[in-house]
Amino acid sequence: MSLFLLLTLSGLGLAGLYFLVASGLSLVFGLADVLNFAHGLFLSVGAYATWWAAGSLPGAGSEGWSFLLAVGFGVAAGAATAAVVELVLIRPLYRRTIEQVLVTVGLSLAGVALLQAVWGADARPFPRPMWTRGVTRIGGAVVPNSLLLLFVVATGVLLALLAFLRFTRIGLVIRAGVEDRSMVTALGIDVRKAFTLVFAIGGAAAALAGVLAGVHFSTVSPGQGGSLLIFGFIVVVIGGMGSVTGSAAAAVAVGLLQQFVNYYAPGLGDVCVVALLAAVLLVRPAGLASVVGRTA
Amino acid sequence: MTEMPLPLRERRWNDWWPLVVLALFAVLPYSTVDIPYVFDGPLNSPGTLHLLAICLVFGGLALGYDLMFGRAGMLSFGHALYIAAGVYGTTILVNRGWPLWSAALAAIAGAAVLALVLGAVALRTNGIAFAMVTLAFAQVGAILVARNPGRVTGGEEGLPLDGGLLPASLVGVRNTVNLYWLALAFAVIVVFAMHRIADAPAGRVLAAVRDDDRRVGVVGLDPYRFRLFAFVASAATAAGGGVVYALLVGGASPHVAASDLTLSLLVMVVLGGPGTRWGPVLGGALFAFLDHRLTAVGSSDAVSDLPSVLSGPLSQPLFILGTVFILAVYFFPGGLAGLRSRLPRLLPRRT
Repeated sequence: MSLFLLLTLSGLGLAGLYFLVASGLSLVFGLADVLNFAHGLFLSVGAYATWWAAGSLPGAGSEGWSFLLAVGFGVAAGAATAAVVELVLIRPLYRRTIEQVLVTVGLSLAGVALLQAVWGADARPFPRPMWTRGVTRIGGAVVPNSLLLLFVVATGVLLALLAFLRFTRIGLVIRAGVEDRSMVTALGIDVRKAFTLVFAIGGAAAALAGVLAGVHFSTVSPGQGGSLLIFGFIVVVIGGMGSVTGSAAAAVAVGLLQQFVNYYAPGLGDVCVVALLAAVLLVRPAGLASVVGRTA
Repeated sequence: MTEMPLPLRERRWNDWWPLVVLALFAVLPYSTVDIPYVFDGPLNSPGTLHLLAICLVFGGLALGYDLMFGRAGMLSFGHALYIAAGVYGTTILVNRGWPLWSAALAAIAGAAVLALVLGAVALRTNGIAFAMVTLAFAQVGAILVARNPGRVTGGEEGLPLDGGLLPASLVGVRNTVNLYWLALAFAVIVVFAMHRIADAPAGRVLAAVRDDDRRVGVVGLDPYRFRLFAFVASAATAAGGGVVYALLVGGASPHVAASDLTLSLLVMVVLGGPGTRWGPVLGGALFAFLDHRLTAVGSSDAVSDLPSVLSGPLSQPLFILGTVFILAVYFFPGGLAGLRSRLPRLLPRRT
């Protein structure tokens, strides 16, 4: 029983990480039709900015409030990078989907190389506040706190995103834009203003994912974003592009499947996740969202 | 793209120049010409021939990838899987005592069957979803290679090719020239095959599938089958390139299965000019060359003497190539092949 609980909880923790990566990807794709390969870069930027701030920014550190300040700096850096990328690189190629993908591909190659040039290709130790190194006993299962933190933060981000989409005017514009962009434009609303915001939100969520992944794995390296990005893509496709709740459901499914299968057959979990992707595509090409309901 | 009919003399030259270039490549190993800055040694030195062979392999690989991307409009992010199938298939089978030619054929056939199965699933989607699905399939390959199931792939360290089990003419620095011939043969076969496909009715259907697949459906052809054909042909080419690459670098390493290799292929094709006859070959060869040479330039004194703000990024070939790629997407959408038709318009006309 305690094993079942442990696998479930760690699966949910992993799901939190995937959701943080996938939510931004999904919104950006749903609204702006951009398949963003540079999303992994935002994640790495967030992680490195936090790492740098914890060591060098006055007032920031690796414990308590000063760590939170470092995290805030990292998340702001991720959001700012994403917004700048949208304004400078993506916007001029509006409605040229393939070119936009190509630009983000080039950006992910050049960006990771730049991170390597500045901080080296090797992994760096990431600051871990005292509490995240500990474990918590839940019903006989001993769960690492960093995984619990991932799950709690991801749930918070999910609720905040849903509230934002549901109760604000710009959230309404985003939901309508995902549904039918040309209709929103025809009604006289400039959807493109929402693009920058959605990019920034996605960049902030990705940066948060980078920070929490750094805390969980206790290292940060330039390539970290890329490998998480692929699972983010899988979650987005399974969940249905443009749907936040779909992404959340798919993240939970992928996280649990991966943890349970990997426990009994190491390495097979990742294969099962891709098999799940193939199965979903064969049965329901639009993704899970057609069951759960779109966007909100 | 419609081509203007050319005057007879120019048309004759257009038919002949590939043979002239081929002849140049064929006599190249007999030349001792030293090209400073471009190559480290004379043309017939093993180092230069090795670099040229790598360029030829990537030229062929890029042209094979372009059958999907440029000709049929399919954006696959999983091409590395089939290159890895060729590289690892050959290495594993040769190390188990198979003769090289049968190991190579088995690896290529295996990759084609794999592409047939995976392509049949992936092609149920199209556009961006297709890109993501191929990416996910290739990621399984990368994970399997890294996890090293049953100690078959060698994991992170890769798998060296056992030289004693190869034909003696392909082993050792002195025989680099034979590997060069092999790479040249691969590039020539790929160019010939891809040009034949492009000129054949199937190639015209592929172009139609790229432009508007509903129209293809209306005339009674099944776009799915043509896409699958392009996918499998492209994968078989990738595996063939993988075989030659494994021989060139003497084994398999996990980076050939990584998604970065597919991204590099995409960069090569876009830099060269997607959907053109020679653009992808040129782009692939140039990318491989620059990737190699920029590493050497980046670690040279001229760069390391620069202030660290400049020398850091300049020592990363992918930073330079990625930046050039982004600029190319904005300013030279047709790639290198597009320059030929754009340059005369930019330059003042001679009268």
